Amino acid sequence: MTSELDIFVGNTTLIDEDVYRLWLDGYSVGDAVALRVRSGILEQTGATAAVLQSDTMDHYRTFHMLERLLHAPPKLLHQLIYQIPPSRQALLIERYYAFDEAFVREVLGKKLSKGTKKDLDDISTKTGITLKSCRRQFDNFKRVFKVVEEMRGSLVDNVQQHFLLSDRLARDYAAIVFFANNRFETGKKKLQYLSFGDFAFCAELMIQNWTLGAVDSQVDDMDMDLDKEFLQDLKELKVLVADKDLLDLHKSLVCTALRGKLGVFSEMEANFKNLSRGLVNVATKLTHNKDVRDLFVDLVEKFVEPCRSDHWPLSDVRLFLNQYSASVHSLDGFRHQALWDRYMGTLRGCLLRLYHD
Amino acid sequence: MPGKLKVKIVAGRHLPVMDRASDLTDAFVEVKFGNTTFKTDVYPKSLNPQWNSEWFKFEVDDEDLQDEPLQITVLDHDTYSANDAIGKVYIDIDPLLYSEAATVISGWFPIYDTIHGIRGEINVVVKVDLFNDLNRFRQSSCGVKFFCTTSIPKCYRAVIIHGFVEELVVNEDPEYQWIDRIRTPRASNEARQRLISLMSGELQRKIGLKVLEMRGNAVVGYLQCFDLEGESGLVVRAIGTACTLDKLSSPAAFLPACNSPSKEMKESPLVHPPSHGCRSTHNSPIHTATGSRLTQNFSVSVPTLIYTGMGSGSAGKEGGPFKALLRQQTQSALEQREFPFFTLTAFPPGFLVHVGGVVSARSVKLLDRIHNPDEPETRDAWWAEIRQEIKSHAKALGCHAVVGYSESTSICEEVCILSASGTAAVLNPRFLQDGTVEGCLEQRLEENLPAGCGFCHIPYDELNMPFPAHLTYCYNCRKQKVPDVLFTTIDLPTDATVIGKGCLIQARLCRLKKKAQAEANATAISNLLPFMEYEVHTQLMNKLKLKGMNALFGLRIQITVGENMLMGLASATGVYLAALPTPGGIQIAGKTPNDGSYEQHISHMQKKINDTIAKNKELYEINPPEISEEIIGSPIPEPRQRSRLLRSQSESSDEVTELDLSHGKKDAFVLEIDDTDAMEDVHSLLTDVPPPSGFYSCNTEIMPGINNWTSEIQMFTSVRVIRLSSLNLTNHALNKNFNDLCENLLKSLYFKLRSMIPCCLCHVNFTVSLPEDELIQVTVTAVAITFDKNQALQTTKAHVEKSLQRASTDNEELLQFPLELCSDSLPSHPFPPAKAVTVEKTSPMGEGNFRNRSAAPCANSTVGVVKMTPLSFIPGAKITKYLGIINMFFIRETTSLREEGGVSGFLHAFIAEVFAMVRAHVAALGGNAVVSYIMKQCVFMENPNKNQAQCLINVSGDAVVFARESELEVVSTQQPAANCQPACTGGEVTT
Repeated sequence: MTSELDIFVGNTTLIDEDVYRLWLDGYSVGDAVALRVRSGILEQTGATAAVLQSDTMDHYRTFHMLERLLHAPPKLLHQLIYQIPPSRQALLIERYYAFDEAFVREVLGKKLSKGTKKDLDDISTKTGITLKSCRRQFDNFKRVFKVVEEMRGSLVDNVQQHFLLSDRLARDYAAIVFFANNRFETGKKKLQYLSFGDFAFCAELMIQNWTLGAVDSQVDDMDMDLDKEFLQDLKELKVLVADKDLLDLHKSLVCTALRGKLGVFSEMEANFKNLSRGLVNVATKLTHNKDVRDLFVDLVEKFVEPCRSDHWPLSDVRLFLNQYSASVHSLDGFRHQALWDRYMGTLRGCLLRLYHD
Repeated sequence: MPGKLKVKIVAGRHLPVMDRASDLTDAFVEVKFGNTTFKTDVYPKSLNPQWNSEWFKFEVDDEDLQDEPLQITVLDHDTYSANDAIGKVYIDIDPLLYSEAATVISGWFPIYDTIHGIRGEINVVVKVDLFNDLNRFRQSSCGVKFFCTTSIPKCYRAVIIHGFVEELVVNEDPEYQWIDRIRTPRASNEARQRLISLMSGELQRKIGLKVLEMRGNAVVGYLQCFDLEGESGLVVRAIGTACTLDKLSSPAAFLPACNSPSKEMKESPLVHPPSHGCRSTHNSPIHTATGSRLTQNFSVSVPTLIYTGMGSGSAGKEGGPFKALLRQQTQSALEQREFPFFTLTAFPPGFLVHVGGVVSARSVKLLDRIHNPDEPETRDAWWAEIRQEIKSHAKALGCHAVVGYSESTSICEEVCILSASGTAAVLNPRFLQDGTVEGCLEQRLEENLPAGCGFCHIPYDELNMPFPAHLTYCYNCRKQKVPDVLFTTIDLPTDATVIGKGCLIQARLCRLKKKAQAEANATAISNLLPFMEYEVHTQLMNKLKLKGMNALFGLRIQITVGENMLMGLASATGVYLAALPTPGGIQIAGKTPNDGSYEQHISHMQKKINDTIAKNKELYEINPPEISEEIIGSPIPEPRQRSRLLRSQSESSDEVTELDLSHGKKDAFVLEIDDTDAMEDVHSLLTDVPPPSGFYSCNTEIMPGINNWTSEIQMFTSVRVIRLSSLNLTNHALNKNFNDLCENLLKSLYFKLRSMIPCCLCHVNFTVSLPEDELIQVTVTAVAITFDKNQALQTTKAHVEKSLQRASTDNEELLQFPLELCSDSLPSHPFPPAKAVTVEKTSPMGEGNFRNRSAAPCANSTVGVVKMTPLSFIPGAKITKYLGIINMFFIRETTSLREEGGVSGFLHAFIAEVFAMVRAHVAALGGNAVVSYIMKQCVFMENPNKNQAQCLINVSGDAVVFARESELEVVSTQQPAANCQPACTGGEVTT
């Protein structure tokens, strides 16, 4: 006796959260059944393995049918085929678009193309996340990217409107899309200590201050691309390190203000010129795409690592950066105060976030 | 021109991409009614077209309005080649034809294609202007209301229950026409769908005419079925009960609130409780009706069982004369009717007086011998024969009427089994005729019929019963005789006194049969049928005893014929009726008593059986109060029951005396184990696993002993198909497979619905079909309802304590809620007219929120909830309006079975789509629920080698508007849902 066909259709579509999780995690029906057995469900309910198998198959089939709708969440809300209470719809969508930290760190800043998709095998092996789950997460990134690129208005709003995600998740997706669009390098070994949250934080600051949307909210792609004009203008900051007098003046202003307040004062004093050169050179190089991509590598190399090797505490880094940015206003010969604030305000926030072990 | 139909096509959404190049669609719509077609403009390059058409007007006869469906076809415009059809929507406009139902149909309908399934949705508005037609000889029957519900609908009162109406129409099945060889599967499916839609309309109109002739205004318990006879045709037939209904004043009306309830009480027969019952014992007589008919058709009439209890001795002391008088009156009322049948399963209080037992008749026919297959005469004659037989069976039981009546067929190739069954009953004539019977009789009846047990009292003349049976004096009133066991096809009467809870009881049986042709095949089947019925009956009886119960309600026996086997599946709800005697246990007797180990084995089994009975009694809370014999004061000696299960015909009846196994126990039921088969049967009795704790199940509307339902309901359909290994199939292996199939299915349901515990599966409806040689298909539809455990326990306890003292009062409390809509409206809410009714919203709009970041993104669902239930009511809610009948037929076919997820994926998607289309139609009528929902047919055929499958589904139910009882307090009134639906097109989010 073999079961040829075995289905259950409710007027309200039954969603089992546990099975949904297993499905999202990419387990086959067989593995999912084994995992459910291990969870002790048979003992709790007195069911048999056959019942569990049938139940799991049924849920998997339902999820498979719902997946098409989950690709465009507003469709899930308007469709008539599956009657699902709103709270369950929200749960289905939110979980479907949720992603693994380990996975997102692997693909963050990479081009969401076929080439990357081919690497998913390796990522799966490396992270222990099933290939199926990797594919879903990758496809989600790519789908969101495709929909919101070339769209007017706030990136987070666009993501939220077209994918009905929670605020938190919509912000994460905005960061992913922003990184993918600008192809920031995040995979280098020296960046491994950074979490997705660190990058997402930086992304949000950069979207708010460095993109076109920061100055004009009526252009396409406003939150996706960095403001080219702004990047061009950043060359003007060169003078801060190229002009020796200006550099010395800047240093003395900072040192005067921080004397006695900084635990690592002498180290700071010794390193000031190197650090300042590093920060300003990062700015002036941003006209080249290659250097934009390496932004985080440069920040870590030129600032985070030197400070860390001198054992700066975070509080000292904060004091230094605040003073470093503020002192420029007292430099009489420097005319690009607004530009400096736009650059340094964001950079300071990013550096503070990036500065940890 | 007595009618004008107006249609407006508003918009479409989620259309499929029809032009690969642009990834868009140039859609337009054809609106067809009868022979008139209108078209909208093409809305270019959009998947969400906004046609906003003018009103298309069709001027038509009301006859056509009833017969024809409105056909809406969505197409993709193509300049160079033929336009491609995207899909269709059929809208039955019948609900617009009677005044109290819907006034407008407006909403989003799924666009359905028989090959691709649902492809987007279309927003349509339909209205009808009816002109009064004074023509007496009209062919239409507009205005007659139809209800699938098999009881008097909640917001109505039955003035007269006229009786049986039936009709049958035949047509050639498009699938078997010559043209089918050259047309596409899509064209063929659509022809079939359209034809069935037309035939249903015609059938309904004809039945309506009959109702008007009887001076009725409604059909209740309307059951329409299709017989796919294949070459010989397509039959659509329907039965129902004609009634004259009065709308009850609703709380929204302006009547003074306090008036009506009391008035209602006086008028309605609520005050007096006699009811119906029926019964059965295993002493089933076999009535062989000879089948020599002078037609050219081959026909075998099958010997029929009457399940009944038989009596000896005289009637109760006082009951006699009244019974006779009553019978006389009822007889005169019923004699005018050809068939005094009623499709109702629940009745107005006082309607049913006594019940005689289950009557059924079956007949085997050969479809290829129909002389004139395109005409209905032959089938009409077939059914007339069967009905005649049912009628005579009922008569033999001293009953003039049959209630809970239903008809069904099972077809395999050219063989067709026609079946009918019902419950023989004695009815109160008051509801049956216009001139209401004088009050004096009723009054005396009321005095004499004790509460809650009247229906159990035997209706027949004990002296003349040809079959011996065991009668005792009623355990409730101790005045009238009752049988020891009662079988019925109806729901449990609301005033019946029940002890403990009920449970679903099933008998399952398979019998192999040789493949044969024509007459030989029909004869083989006819010969098998009586044995199957007998064994099904025996199984039911054994299982009932094992549960410690004494009555079955809602009994439905389905016999299915296949190429090489017959299947029997009986489902019923077992209960313990307080009026009936305590069932005896089951004794097993071995036939070869010389073997020591065998003896030991027998005694071991006996112990297991006794343990099971004890466990079941505890599980179902069956603890009837002990009544000593003195209290009973029975003038007849305590009946000594010795019932035996006869394994086969060879055991002659004289063994009965020889085997008067007075095992000390007064009323034991003896199971004789004479061969391995019998042993297996006993084993299988014990392998039926009770539902897990917190679960109950029944196939009736409500579960006795549970009265505190919550509003959490989940209707579902589950389908399983198993393939039997063709090697060495034996009856025994087959039985085991079938039994496992059903048990596993139930187990799966319990597991799936575990989050609803404590919960009861109500109206569990199993259907079996044999689509191919080695395939068995079981389809189950039921509703799971959560109840409040704490209250349940309390009530049960109270109930048990009080059960005998305040039998009927207590019970009314427990069971009244299905009826409450007639009576509860007013007393409980002192000022109902001031309070508006909040209709559960069908479409809350909320697109405006999408921009709002803080809003929960999914709270703005635009699709309203439509509940579906096989029950006639919605727990915790009140049905405020019946919008009309839903009767839909769909075909789905695929040529890419694997790609659609195999057979399971294909059928799962299709059933989900069917649900969606039912919900959409209900919502468009302005409703928020379907009650009395039933999936009448689910015919599934596959051909995996060709990667093909086809499925036909027929569903029906009543579209209603309900309001939550809690919401009756809320003041705000919502707009009728349908009216705001078109509004959401504008706010549609486009991607």
